[in-house]
Amino acid sequence: MSSIVCKDLCKTFQQGDEIIAGLDHVSIEIEAGDFVCLSGPSGSGKTTLLNAMGGLDKPDSGQIKVGEIRVDELGKGPLADMRLHKIGFVFQAYNLIPVLTARENVEFVMQVRGEPADERSRRSHEILKEVGLQGMEDRRPAQLSGGQQQRVAVARAIVGKPALVLADEPTANLDSVTATQLMDLFVELNRNHNITFVIATHDIRVMAYAKRLIKMRDGKIISDEQQQSQHSNA
Amino acid sequence: MSRLPLRALFMLAWRNLWRNHRRTLIMLAAITVGVWAMIFMTALMRGMVDDMLLNGIRSLPGEVQIHDVFYRDDPSINNSMPPPGDALLQALRIPEVKAWTSRVRVPAVISSERDSRGVILLGVEPESETQVSFDLDNIREGRFLESASDRGIVIGAKLADRLETELGKRVVVMSQDPDNDIADRGFRIVGIYKAKLASLEEMYIYGGRETIQQMLKLGDRISEIAITGDDYRNVDRWYSTIEQAAGDAVKALPWYEADTYLGSMLAVMDGFVLVWIIVVFLALSFGLVNTLVMAVFERVREIGLMQALGMRPSSILYQILIESLLLLLIGLLLGNVIAVVTIIPLRDGIDISVVAEGMEMMGTSSMLYPALKVNDMIMANLIVIVLGLLTSILPSWRAATYDPIEALNKT
Repeated sequence: MSSIVCKDLCKTFQQGDEIIAGLDHVSIEIEAGDFVCLSGPSGSGKTTLLNAMGGLDKPDSGQIKVGEIRVDELGKGPLADMRLHKIGFVFQAYNLIPVLTARENVEFVMQVRGEPADERSRRSHEILKEVGLQGMEDRRPAQLSGGQQQRVAVARAIVGKPALVLADEPTANLDSVTATQLMDLFVELNRNHNITFVIATHDIRVMAYAKRLIKMRDGKIISDEQQQSQHSNA
Repeated sequence: MSRLPLRALFMLAWRNLWRNHRRTLIMLAAITVGVWAMIFMTALMRGMVDDMLLNGIRSLPGEVQIHDVFYRDDPSINNSMPPPGDALLQALRIPEVKAWTSRVRVPAVISSERDSRGVILLGVEPESETQVSFDLDNIREGRFLESASDRGIVIGAKLADRLETELGKRVVVMSQDPDNDIADRGFRIVGIYKAKLASLEEMYIYGGRETIQQMLKLGDRISEIAITGDDYRNVDRWYSTIEQAAGDAVKALPWYEADTYLGSMLAVMDGFVLVWIIVVFLALSFGLVNTLVMAVFERVREIGLMQALGMRPSSILYQILIESLLLLLIGLLLGNVIAVVTIIPLRDGIDISVVAEGMEMMGTSSMLYPALKVNDMIMANLIVIVLGLLTSILPSWRAATYDPIEALNKT
């Protein structure tokens, strides 16, 4: 079971003449199977922290461990491999490949990993069924609603059985009903597959799902609290 | 492993190619027209040069000529040579030699009752001469010579006009013998010919070899041996055999050395074809690069996503290159097909007699026959593929080196 350990992370950005602190000595530990929300206003550093955990962005200083892997020490190639095998991403803007069908989008990660065609087909069908998209496998993203596209993105994120799913504002472009359905799905996946979820959001409805709520402001963690989820987590 | 399999890359590249139908079709049209222009124009130019070379080679010189060693410097009757010996006759039987003929060739003056002209008098063996250079279809009136001892003379139509003479009339031909005495004889005009190049009609008159040898007191000596093979481009393969067999008293020269102007034409043409193809491709390449740059620009976020999902930059590079390759291959296929389809109906020639005089100055006839060469097609295709892929490397590399975060955040 993987956990995430971040120690004293710092990251700055240049905006014109100004230096902005994206992360300011952030330290955090997340246990395997946890359901964590990073909350805070825009510019608080939650996306920066998420990107650092996922190896998409290198901090200026500090350490990041995902499981036993020191993410901050990896080169581009090994980082790509780590993301491929250990991490699933769900983005705000769905980010599906428009020329691929729902099934092909889900299988994309498995193809990159070199998994055989029959295994890919079986797992993609299972996952799409699990996220409620049975019968829509051969539709392209343009033929799916926003909520359906996000479900495809979730399916793609978990089909590789990652230890960790990082979701950046996953409900931002969804209506409230669809957002609720999505979060219920996250909870179910967390419970059934013991996948660790780290969700960056400023949506209080999403925060209500978290077992642990970490508030950030100006690149710092200002509070880190366990809470009783208002929805049934294991 | 974090590389997409080749089959998946091709599938992704193919579908991405058709995301913007209009742009892809426009680019395909540009490549198709460019490739067609490369091949079609090259075929026309090759045809023109082939015609020029063949007219030059076949009008008399042949692909290999044998002369006395001093003949090139002084092409007079004094630098004649003996007829071919056994060794040379043996060498002239090699399969590469299609035909050969021996000639007497001297400057002369021809006079009719009205006028006189300077000409080149050729004493020929009619049977072999028609296999090497003289086309019997060129006879417009009368006949060609019937044997080496034929006492008639065959002159060009233009010369007949100049001399204000005609078939059946008598003319006097005057030259010099090896003792520098005047040698002359009266001949009846038995044939009048038309040549592809009108200037040749005024230059060459034909008599039987033995008759001319008798007139010039040459005995059995000749001025030259002209040899033709299967392809004027392949002379190097066999002419050294002839040269060795001919001996040291004579000189065997391939056509490109005997006539350096003609020889340079081929090299110039090869270079011109290459330059032409590259110039057309350069014009195409701007469109190709623009298409790829736009295709990459529109997919920046998608590229960032692929990197975020774990796809290696090299796979992204290959994907864009494969898109370019597919575009080039389709364009090449269409361009090649259209080029062949448009050239084949023209194989009977394009009549450009409206500019015949100008063409004649260049040594070509007024019918232009496109010459579609496989090597030219291969070169055009290879250049388009290789340079096309090289041109595509920059936008592909740019795509592969995007920062995933920056790419994902692009709006």
